[in-house]
Amino acid sequence: MTVTIYIPRDSGALALGAEKVAKAVAQEIETRGLDAKIVRNGSRGLYWLEPMVEVATDAGRVAYGPVTAKDVASLFDAGLTSGGEHKLSLGDPEKIPFLAKQTRLTFARCGITDPLSLEDYRTHGGLKGLENAIAMTPADVVKQVTDSGLRGRGGAGFPTGIKWKTVLDTTADRKYIVCNADEGDSATFADRMIMEGDPFVLIEGMTIAGIATGATKGFVYIRSEYPHAVATMQKAVEVARKAGVLGVNVMGSPNAFDMEIRVGAGAYVCGEETSLLNSLEGKRGIVRAKPPLPAIQGLFGKPTVINNVISLASVPIVMDRGAQHYKDFGMGRSRGTIPIQIAGNAKHGGLFEAAFGLTLGEIVDEIGGGTVTGRPVKAVQVGGPLGAYFPRSLFDTPFDYEAFAARDGLIGHAGITVFDDTADMLKQARFAMEFCAIESCGKCTPCRIGSTRGVETIDKIAHNIEPEKNLALVTDLCNTMKFGSLCALGGFTPYPVMSAINHFPEDFRPTPVAQAAE
Amino acid sequence: MSMQAASTQIASRATAIIDEMKALEGPLLPILHEIQEEFGHVPAETLPIIAKALNISNAEVHGVVTFYHDYRNHPAGRHVLKVCRAEACQSMGGDAIAAQISQALGIGFHETTKDNSVTLEPVYCLGLCACAPAAMLDGEVIGRLDADKIEEIVQEVRS
Ligand SMILES: Cc1cc2nc3c(=O)[nH]c(=O)nc-3n(C[C@H](O)[C@H](O)[C@H](O)COP(=O)(O)O)c2cc1C
Ligand code: SF4
Ligand code: FES
Repeated sequence: MTVTIYIPRDSGALALGAEKVAKAVAQEIETRGLDAKIVRNGSRGLYWLEPMVEVATDAGRVAYGPVTAKDVASLFDAGLTSGGEHKLSLGDPEKIPFLAKQTRLTFARCGITDPLSLEDYRTHGGLKGLENAIAMTPADVVKQVTDSGLRGRGGAGFPTGIKWKTVLDTTADRKYIVCNADEGDSATFADRMIMEGDPFVLIEGMTIAGIATGATKGFVYIRSEYPHAVATMQKAVEVARKAGVLGVNVMGSPNAFDMEIRVGAGAYVCGEETSLLNSLEGKRGIVRAKPPLPAIQGLFGKPTVINNVISLASVPIVMDRGAQHYKDFGMGRSRGTIPIQIAGNAKHGGLFEAAFGLTLGEIVDEIGGGTVTGRPVKAVQVGGPLGAYFPRSLFDTPFDYEAFAARDGLIGHAGITVFDDTADMLKQARFAMEFCAIESCGKCTPCRIGSTRGVETIDKIAHNIEPEKNLALVTDLCNTMKFGSLCALGGFTPYPVMSAINHFPEDFRPTPVAQAAE
Repeated sequence: MSMQAASTQIASRATAIIDEMKALEGPLLPILHEIQEEFGHVPAETLPIIAKALNISNAEVHGVVTFYHDYRNHPAGRHVLKVCRAEACQSMGGDAIAAQISQALGIGFHETTKDNSVTLEPVYCLGLCACAPAAMLDGEVIGRLDADKIEEIVQEVRS
């Protein structure tokens, strides 16, 4: 029987040499005359083990990693095709603690299946949610999503079902589903992993959203920094169209739904939903004032659902297993699971999907294993460039929207960047202001001008120029930005800046002149 | 080819792209992407052609082209190296890596080498944050940058 060898096509694995590994494996199969084939799967998200090669054996999948091209010959010598022992053996991948401890609902198939095989997708439970949705009334689908407690995973945490209900209840000749795949936050890659590793789950989620709200057209707006995700999504849409999952009769039903993949043009602010809609319409990515809500007047002025990739990709499991199943996970008002992305200086960096409620300390120290440099963890930034820096003293904060807000932070898109004790928090605060200045859409003065003033003022502190006075000035500036900005780019930049100042005051203290001159 | 002939050729290639895409909903960004793909930048003379075809003002098209970081008004070097400058890469020594790359190539960010071999650009996250520091060379992703990988990149762009 033909043996299947899995080698990820995920960008993270490619960045670590997966293409060379795949070539070497193909070569060995050929020269050894083996009956084996290669499937380019998504990533399981254990990036310190990528490229992770897996073989399907009679006893289940057996993994090896991290594999480089020069290990390949010895892997075959060790009997790779039958799961033979090798120094890179990892055994059953699902027993690796990092994976075994997860609750994979949204990422159930990612890294397991061939991302572009609809047959694989079905075999692993795909399309059941859509089948159920087709058999229900739109209002009941919306109710299921509302009852599941699913909140937007793009950052703001707004209940997905409520957004959908507004679109369902608004009459129009045309409605749209827009998927926000702009994923610009540093430390985040969950959207990318889904699009590269299980694109059909996003297509299924968007199609369900269409059926639930009466929208017939969808757009996925993917950032241009993700060429592999763009290519995989484009192919997946073609496959889905050919199979009748998309089209005038979705899965043979009277519902019509089709979609297009669109590519961004390198503007972080286009992740903000109204800016994204302007960009899709072919305008500058300037933020729109709300109201009107996009749900009432969105893309081309029509009622529009705009949701993050993970929000939409979590809908199929809700519709398959029911609202209650999803809702049973989590804590407080944060229901279900959240794909946590552990990034930066983490020993075990990667994607960890879990029910809400783990503490920051558990995530960083136990799951992430501390730093890769082996030095103490000094700070973690949670929620991307607009998220706060947390010191160790706040590591008891549970991963929950409200708990983070109570500590002047945010979960955002659930990315966590780990910094060791060499981090200079003044430099990080300066970068937050600089980033805001680079990416501001220019509509509001506090964001457009304030961020540049912020950089200058922090530079003065670094150079010991009236540090006390300038620190007060930065604080004041942050207040102005917080309350005088139309969107969260200007409004939340104060989170990283003020958290750095408040939790790491020693990094902002005047340094003795000799040291400062270094 | 004379300047005028070159410009006529640009116009006809641009028109072909516009004709193919203008029926899309919200066609401007897809058209600009395609034009940049074709010419390596968005030539100034294509802007009025686009404006006319889409029935919008020249100022509108100009405003869009200049708003987005991706669109160039002149060609880049033969290779484009984008180095991530965002937080997760910073936490893994990305600033020092960026400085080393800049030194090895002899240019700063937003610059092109004199021999036109490579343009160096900053990028804010490539989604490779668990494989930091990261970069992208002509669309190929590279993770865990170190001295050896920088050397490989330099070799590749110089060859
Ligand atoms: C500056 C800025 C950038 C944003 N970037 C993204 C992004 O890349 N992806 C995303 O899903 N949401 C992003 N958001 C949040 C969106 O505005 C919006 O809340 C989200 O798309 C709604 O979808 P959800 O309810 O499914 O989360 C951003 C917001 C701001 C202010
Ligand atoms: S806060 Fe900044 S990015 Fe947001 S609308 Fe105002 S100027 Fe634009
Ligand atoms: S921060 Fe550099 S790849 Fe994400």
